[in-house]
Amino acid sequence: MIAFILKRLAVAIPTLLVLIVISFILMKVAPGNPFAGEKTVPKAVLDNIFARYGLDKPEWQQLLEYIYNVVFHFDFGPSFKYRDRTVNDIIAQGFPVTFTYGAWAFLFATVIGVSLGVAAALRQNGWIDHLAVGLSIGAQVVPNFVMAPVLVLVFTLWLRWLPGGGWDGGHWSNIVLPVIALATSYLASITRIMRSSMLEVLGSNYIRTARAKGLPGWQVVFRHALRPAMLPVVSYLGPVFVGMVTGSVVIDLYFSTGGIGQAFVNSALNRDYSTILGITILLGALTIAANLVVDVLYAWIDPKIKL
Amino acid sequence: MKLNGVLAAALAAGLLLGTAMTASFAAEVPEGTTLASEQIFKYRVLDNINTLDPQLVEDVDTSAVVRSLFEGLYNSGQGGDPVPGVAESYEVNADKTVYTFKLRDAKWSNGDPVTAGDFVYAWQRAVDPKTASNYAYFVGLVGVVNADDIVAGKKPVTDLGVKAIDDKTLEVTLSFSSPWFVRTLSHATLFPAPKAVIEAKGVDWTKPENIVGNGAYTLAENTPGERVVVKRNPNYWDNAKTVLEEVQFLTINDENQGLTRWRAGEVDQTDVPAGQYPALKAELPDNTYSVPNFCTYYFSVNMTDKQTNAALKDVKVREALSLAIDRDVIVNGVLQGGQTPAYSFTHPLTAGFKMPDIPAASMTQADRDAKAVQLMAEAGYGKDKPLEINYIYNTSEAHKKVATVVGQMWKEKLGVTLNLADMEFQTLLDTRHAKTYELARNAWCGDYNEASTFLSLLDSKSEQNDQGYANADVDALLAASKTSADPNVEYAAVEVQASKDVPIMPIYFYAKVFMQSASVKGWPFTDVEQNWYAKDLYKVAE
Amino acid sequence: MLTDRRIGNLAHPAPAPIEEASAPEKGRSLWMDAARRFRRNRAALVSLAMLILIVLFTFVGPLLARWDIETIDWTVVGSVLTKGMPSFETGHYFGTDEVGRDLYSRVIQGTQVSLTVGIVGSVIAVIVGTFYGAVAGYFGGRLDSVMMRFVDILYSIPYMFILILLLIIFGRSFIMLFVGIGLISWLGMARVVRGQTMALKNREFVEAAIAGGAKPLTVVFRHIVPNLLGVVAVYATLLIPEMILLESFISFLGLGVQEPNTSLGALISEGAQTMQYGTIWQLAFPLIFFVLLLFSFFFVGDGLRDALDPKDR
Repeated sequence: MIAFILKRLAVAIPTLLVLIVISFILMKVAPGNPFAGEKTVPKAVLDNIFARYGLDKPEWQQLLEYIYNVVFHFDFGPSFKYRDRTVNDIIAQGFPVTFTYGAWAFLFATVIGVSLGVAAALRQNGWIDHLAVGLSIGAQVVPNFVMAPVLVLVFTLWLRWLPGGGWDGGHWSNIVLPVIALATSYLASITRIMRSSMLEVLGSNYIRTARAKGLPGWQVVFRHALRPAMLPVVSYLGPVFVGMVTGSVVIDLYFSTGGIGQAFVNSALNRDYSTILGITILLGALTIAANLVVDVLYAWIDPKIKL
Repeated sequence: MKLNGVLAAALAAGLLLGTAMTASFAAEVPEGTTLASEQIFKYRVLDNINTLDPQLVEDVDTSAVVRSLFEGLYNSGQGGDPVPGVAESYEVNADKTVYTFKLRDAKWSNGDPVTAGDFVYAWQRAVDPKTASNYAYFVGLVGVVNADDIVAGKKPVTDLGVKAIDDKTLEVTLSFSSPWFVRTLSHATLFPAPKAVIEAKGVDWTKPENIVGNGAYTLAENTPGERVVVKRNPNYWDNAKTVLEEVQFLTINDENQGLTRWRAGEVDQTDVPAGQYPALKAELPDNTYSVPNFCTYYFSVNMTDKQTNAALKDVKVREALSLAIDRDVIVNGVLQGGQTPAYSFTHPLTAGFKMPDIPAASMTQADRDAKAVQLMAEAGYGKDKPLEINYIYNTSEAHKKVATVVGQMWKEKLGVTLNLADMEFQTLLDTRHAKTYELARNAWCGDYNEASTFLSLLDSKSEQNDQGYANADVDALLAASKTSADPNVEYAAVEVQASKDVPIMPIYFYAKVFMQSASVKGWPFTDVEQNWYAKDLYKVAE
Repeated sequence: MLTDRRIGNLAHPAPAPIEEASAPEKGRSLWMDAARRFRRNRAALVSLAMLILIVLFTFVGPLLARWDIETIDWTVVGSVLTKGMPSFETGHYFGTDEVGRDLYSRVIQGTQVSLTVGIVGSVIAVIVGTFYGAVAGYFGGRLDSVMMRFVDILYSIPYMFILILLLIIFGRSFIMLFVGIGLISWLGMARVVRGQTMALKNREFVEAAIAGGAKPLTVVFRHIVPNLLGVVAVYATLLIPEMILLESFISFLGLGVQEPNTSLGALISEGAQTMQYGTIWQLAFPLIFFVLLLFSFFFVGDGLRDALDPKDR
């Protein structure tokens, strides 16, 4: 197990380096620069700004210095657009926000999705099954950029129950709508995956045997069926987790939560080179970590798998 | 973009009264008003607040925040005219090149006195190559001696033409005679900066726990992407007249979302999405406003040889295309927010500017269309010999609508096919600057309230001349305007020449269209630059 | 290998290997069985009919249109709320958009674009993913671990962000959209196919082919790939709606196809902006088509899986 984790981590480092190099090249190829606006900045001024941020050096040198600073000082450099902030500041402020509503959404989607899926499978073709299947496909096909404004119209303008945006240091009332908007489509996917894998397991020989032995229904389900049926859900959790982070683009836009998604899109549009790189690296590392956790979890649930 | 010009007499006269000026400079609450118990103003901003460092400020919303945290020598009053800030008064020499400001007893938020030295430090800081401010050029633009050379690294910062005679007296030397210098002092670049704090904290000096300002408010919270909160500064010199206790600048990227939240009472002011003004005005007449804004929307035509579309080199084609744009449909049918059709470049409300008669402006659209068809025929194009033009614009619903509508007008009237290329903003800027386009969306907002802020863009040497337009007469006129007794003569001639050459197709003059809670009072509706100060606002009980 | 059991970022577990498929001579009856099972699945059948109807409509619909996708109805401009409503009288069966263009024609065009994006993305996944996965799985060993490590690396890249960068840098076009979507769509397919290939390669019919002197690549493409078609078909069907959803998100970010072309995602995102102002048809019609399309693909995909995987249920 430990050897497996170490091996994966060893692969992660070159992966991240490749990611840095690709993103760096993409950025440099992109037209525009972080200091351009509708009004053209005079050449002398632009020269000063480039010198201030070391952008006047050859590109390969910029890249090497960047990697050096990241690796040895964990310093992602200054932001070029938010002039009095560093990328570390931006991540330190935005990531906890994204992580908070992302984690709640993750929990919400997983717990409700798994329960609904199990309930639907146990009552196959019953009303709860039809409801779960209908709801889950319905939720999956409505884009969250439609869901988010609808939620605000209903809960903020009509019912006046919840604020239509803001974060307020993570007050619960500001978290509810982002979590619903973010979790819905994943909840739907998890429900469907859980339902079909539960059905498959319930139809398998060993469950039939267990039933034939006269074990009570709930015990069969929770002792024997649930664990193997969870496997496909677990393997889906890595992508769900990543989706929670990328989904924050829409959430931050509509709910002004100040998370990492909007910071990324803004920095890409503004050519805020250091911020794009910083967030890309962060997300790459998170993706790798999520996949690793999922693999370990998978092995833990399914003893047949050796790491 | 030099503006060594002499201004219209009226404007200059107004400024000479500066020493005696006692206009409004705080919230003026009429007798008998019942103030609201909660004095919190919630203002929607479109994007993140980029920085709180006055010398680094670039955009309008960020300026609004910085104006509440810092105060310059003069502020901009209700109608946009200067009113005293940290300066009590000023004197100016006969040829208007040396200004001497008398400072009042103002304090920083930590209790230290605001001195002339704080301004010297800040202005030097603004031009210092090490600060690397985007707006470093502004100090030279307004005429402070040696600013451009310091930016270019040719002289030390100490050579800047600004001097502290004593703690309360500041002397500024300009490189040209400027009657309008005081008008530029409300710009954030020229605000004072707290030297001790900046030197002790470095880049972190604008963090809420470190920042020290001299404005009517102090920073309470700064969460980019969510909000900036400022609270009343008890050390502000005019604190007694401040009414609003707190201002929240709330980032709401989506304007429709902003409107929903305004309706829910979560913000006090928000912009109206394009096309929704008439309906909202009918529904909520007391909350819906449209006021002129100091910007012009136009299409740039690439006049250089870098583009290969020969038709656009024909002035008849350019004129025909411009004539066939039905601006009334764009303004009244598409945008519907109180914008004004534009047939010339300079904003009509520019101080002292008198718009010349442009023939197209007084024709009916039917006449324009007829003339356009005729011109196209003369140029050899028509429905039998169709013309194809590529147009670039940046991603935005409103730009897309204008592009679509103009494309259809040209197609139906002139048989011209307009290929739309929607690109992202930075790419558009690059393409426009490299002059590899045929036709491009463009817009310009005045930096200061005088016609040269627009017309200098038509100078062949201007960095902002995206068209690559070069007309020796225009250049000569613009040069002459700088020493002219009445520059309006030259300005009018430039506008007329540009309307004949058609390097740009003006579309409309902007309006700021917004919803504002009825309880908010004191908004500067008549200032075309819409520079508002939180300290001038107050909320009444509903 | 752990990753065999994972299918990556798609919402559906891979169907189990189709055991009957291992014997080629029984293939015919397998497909017939599957067809019978599929016919018994009412939801899937209705969805299939719906899909066919929608596709037919995108071909027949334009014949009934009185406006094209870009012509502006000038009488509507400025009063879309009152004059731009769906109406047979004006010829705008679905109403008009904000600048007075006919929504009926635009919805049809948007449906075509979204379908194309979904299908092309899925086809790229089938071609690249199948070959890649089959080669890796069949040859195994070093080659396999290098190839699959590469897939792992691609999986670790936050692709949505790279996609945004790509579209910003190279501008917006159909080609870029397909490149962007194609870049990631095949990864899951490659993993599934590799796993299935490993299960198949030791079967008698494969060994027989090898004994008969067939070259390795011939074995892969003649004998293994045809036996994977069931899995691939299910997976590809379920991939289409994922691709359509992805495209809608790209359109929402303003990075989709160029005007005057449109997609369902672009129309929905425009409609969502004006829904609170009463022009609800601008959201409703594209959203209905979008939902029907995705519903149908999901149900057909599920139906196919159930039909091809008799072990289930």
